[in-house]
Amino acid sequence: MKMTISQKIIAYHSGKDYVEPGEFVFADVDLALANDITGPVAISEFKKAGGSEVFDRDKIALIPDHFTPCKDIKSAELCKALREFAREQRITHYYEVGRMGIEHALLPEMGLVLPGDLVIGADSHTCTYGALSAFSTGVGSTDLAFAMMTGKCWLRVPESMKFEYVGKPKPYVTGKDLILYTIGDIGVDGALYKSMEFAGEALKFLSMDERFTMTNMAVEAGAKNGIMEPDEKTLEYARKRGKREFKVLRSDEGAPYVDIRTYDVSKINPQVAKPHSPDNVADVYELTDVKIDQVVIGSCTNGRLEDMRMAAEVLKGRKVHPEVRLIVIPATQEVSLQMVKEGITEVFLEAGAVVSTPTCGPCLGGHMGILAKGERAVATTNRNFVGRMGHPESEVYLSNPAVAAASAVLGRIAHPEEVLRG
Amino acid sequence: MKFTGRAWVFGDNVDTDVIIPARYLNTVQPEELALHCMEDIDPEFAKKVKRGDIIVAGRNFGCGSSREHAPLAIKAAGVSCVIAKSFARIFYRNAINIGLSVLECEEAAENIKENDEVEIDLEKGIIKNLTSGREFAAKPYPDFIEEIIRAGGLLNYARRGGEGRV
Repeated sequence: MKMTISQKIIAYHSGKDYVEPGEFVFADVDLALANDITGPVAISEFKKAGGSEVFDRDKIALIPDHFTPCKDIKSAELCKALREFAREQRITHYYEVGRMGIEHALLPEMGLVLPGDLVIGADSHTCTYGALSAFSTGVGSTDLAFAMMTGKCWLRVPESMKFEYVGKPKPYVTGKDLILYTIGDIGVDGALYKSMEFAGEALKFLSMDERFTMTNMAVEAGAKNGIMEPDEKTLEYARKRGKREFKVLRSDEGAPYVDIRTYDVSKINPQVAKPHSPDNVADVYELTDVKIDQVVIGSCTNGRLEDMRMAAEVLKGRKVHPEVRLIVIPATQEVSLQMVKEGITEVFLEAGAVVSTPTCGPCLGGHMGILAKGERAVATTNRNFVGRMGHPESEVYLSNPAVAAASAVLGRIAHPEEVLRG
Repeated sequence: MKFTGRAWVFGDNVDTDVIIPARYLNTVQPEELALHCMEDIDPEFAKKVKRGDIIVAGRNFGCGSSREHAPLAIKAAGVSCVIAKSFARIFYRNAINIGLSVLECEEAAENIKENDEVEIDLEKGIIKNLTSGREFAAKPYPDFIEEIIRAGGLLNYARRGGEGRV
């Protein structure tokens, strides 16, 4: 029987030769992760259920990234609970402020997720690792507690949808634009419970960082996971960063897809998702009269090195608009350090931006740039729900890093070429 | 299990950020979370909702973040069951795992109005709108999910010898 890459990874991890979409299995997980919001709930469930020792201290990652460096006493207590559990259980992959990063940027960067892996995380953006040809999906804290005890997770094998990207993207059209365009096409529940498999020749033009952006937002279409078959870039990334063997799997010719869609990327312009839904997308050109108060460049979606380079290229030698606050948040310590080495941090600081320590921060309305009533932001993040970045009457527009940087310069939503030509 | 409650009706794509805004995620106490349940969509909801009441919603209920705090807040607010046309997957599994009743039923979601009195027979999957007299059948659970529900959540299921055996 033919299988998609997602089916194959699930079958392999549940000790079966074949799994069928719709079937329920208990799968072995290669890595289970939680953060400072979801981890403490998982730990308390773990203890309530009588858990004494985790199944494998090397296969659990606990990353304090959402409210860190701790924004208040309550969040400090949550981080303390996470830290104490990590110490007590001698968790290998616990990373403290100063050595951490946003979980979905940090774990691939450290080589902790590799092709063919099955990863679950108590964070919806766990689907990010599909860019590395892993099956990865977000779950809740109770699932995580169960996985910490047993090394397993229950899964319903998803049906797969295939998205084929052909053609060559225009300048300043990135992985972010392709995924926003796709979500705009199918809607926020267009891939509900399903696997989104991204394919097609256009993917070869995307860096690994851009690919992570695409799989990261699969959940914004309701998908269980986003995934890409491995190519040379994937394997090079995995070989360079990984410290163990990995499995290279691909979808069978004739594997079952409930839907196949093809997009000519040469016809796609930079996309912006308007409030209050990631599927409410428009071409950047349609929104150039939208004035803004704040720009955020960062998050598990677009806080990687390529994102920072892209934004810095637009900002170099320019100033942030006097009425705009630009907040730049490198996703990891490594990204931060590399930005310093490449002079990118200097570009941001000279432009009048603030450069933060790695944190999820304002993306989820946590801290480091909360919006007041009526304020409007452009952000390279993943969600623009009501109240997502602050007051329920504030607004978030989602874009790629180059559009965000251009918007910071002009004080309104802008195409990067408007700035670079000017 | 049978219960009766008043319906609170919401639309499509109710996300976990409006069910429990992230600014309250610095606590894990269900009672505290309940005070802010649905706050960004209806600031008065937590005050008005009564034990046993029912949430009725459109498509993709609970989309967005994986925060288990969302079903926890709803459960602690006293809501006995959420009926929706469809559920976002992480919310759905979280609800099953923690023992919050969730029923998928497009017809019921379309034919229950705010304040209607609704009776639910969870075992049979029957939803009865006592105000209008109409009856609806919810989509049956897959056997596996049914077992977790019967056990009273995932960890109880595991404790009783389900796969994994904790």
